[in-house]
Amino acid sequence: LPAAVLLKDTKLMDVKLGQLGSWLAMRDFTPGGILGAVRRGYNRYYNKYINVRKGGLGGLSMVLAGYVVLSYMWSYSHVKHERRRKYH
Amino acid sequence: MLSRLVLRAAPAALRALPPPVAVGVLHTTRPLHTTQKSLAPVPPLPEKGGEVRHGLIPEEFFQFLYPKTGVTGPYMLGTGLLLYLLSKEIYVVNHETAAAACILTVIVYGVKKFGPDVAAFADKLNEEKVATALAMKNESIQTLQTAIEEEKKEQWRAEGHSYLFDAKRNNIAMLLEANYRERLLMVYNEVKKRLDYQVAMQTLKRQKEQDYMIQWVEKNVVQSITPQQQKESIAKCILDLKALSKSAHAAV
Repeated sequence: LPAAVLLKDTKLMDVKLGQLGSWLAMRDFTPGGILGAVRRGYNRYYNKYINVRKGGLGGLSMVLAGYVVLSYMWSYSHVKHERRRKYH
Repeated sequence: MLSRLVLRAAPAALRALPPPVAVGVLHTTRPLHTTQKSLAPVPPLPEKGGEVRHGLIPEEFFQFLYPKTGVTGPYMLGTGLLLYLLSKEIYVVNHETAAAACILTVIVYGVKKFGPDVAAFADKLNEEKVATALAMKNESIQTLQTAIEEEKKEQWRAEGHSYLFDAKRNNIAMLLEANYRERLLMVYNEVKKRLDYQVAMQTLKRQKEQDYMIQWVEKNVVQSITPQQQKESIAKCILDLKALSKSAHAAV
């Protein structure tokens, strides 16, 4: 009989699809909570890809690729006027 | 409320700092050495970072899709996604696409050609840093060990102090003894000098008395010899002499 784990303590990958809504609702959305989440995310990425003996190119290039994608998304409203066809 | 926030966030934040920084920062919000996991000695850095395929997609994504779709699954997903973006013109092909293609070609060529050299250079820099830090650590350990040796030698030397003090005490005792004897001798000499003086005085006095007495007796005797007696004695002497000369003649 597996020990019952609280919904609060499950990681995102272990949450069932039906529980996703309640899981998201239970997260900490205060400014301090958001800051903590950002900090945790940064530290996870930093310790996994950058703070190693022989770091590779992937650590930096993933960040740059993410920046490229994000900036494209932000400028899409400007770019979509250069589309070649009107109806897709 | 904000202070409670800071108190709650501080340990996590301190733990979340990269290990070299976290060791130096003092944990004031948490009692020290109560948990099992302590920060020293610092665990060594991992050798290699997370695997990234084609420099863009982490290996975990491929592993995540492998059970359901096999090896080609993520590539099919990528191709389908790309065609969808192009056909629906969510990704618009314009002048920036050409610029991006040129730039990416150059970047990929540069990385493929100079990647290993740059990596070796960076590794060498890191090695030097680590070597200097290690050398400092070893040197300080060495100095501390020599300091321990020196301390032990000093302790051994301190034990010998008792002999030194004994010798010094003996020296002082001898000095005192010598001084005492010297003064004793001086006393003896002084006393002898005084006694000798007294003896000399007495001898001198007796001698003077003797001389004077002799002189006085002689003087009186000479005075008592009257001229009459002087003539008689001289005649007697002549007679004696004559008798003597006769006997001497007879003997010859």
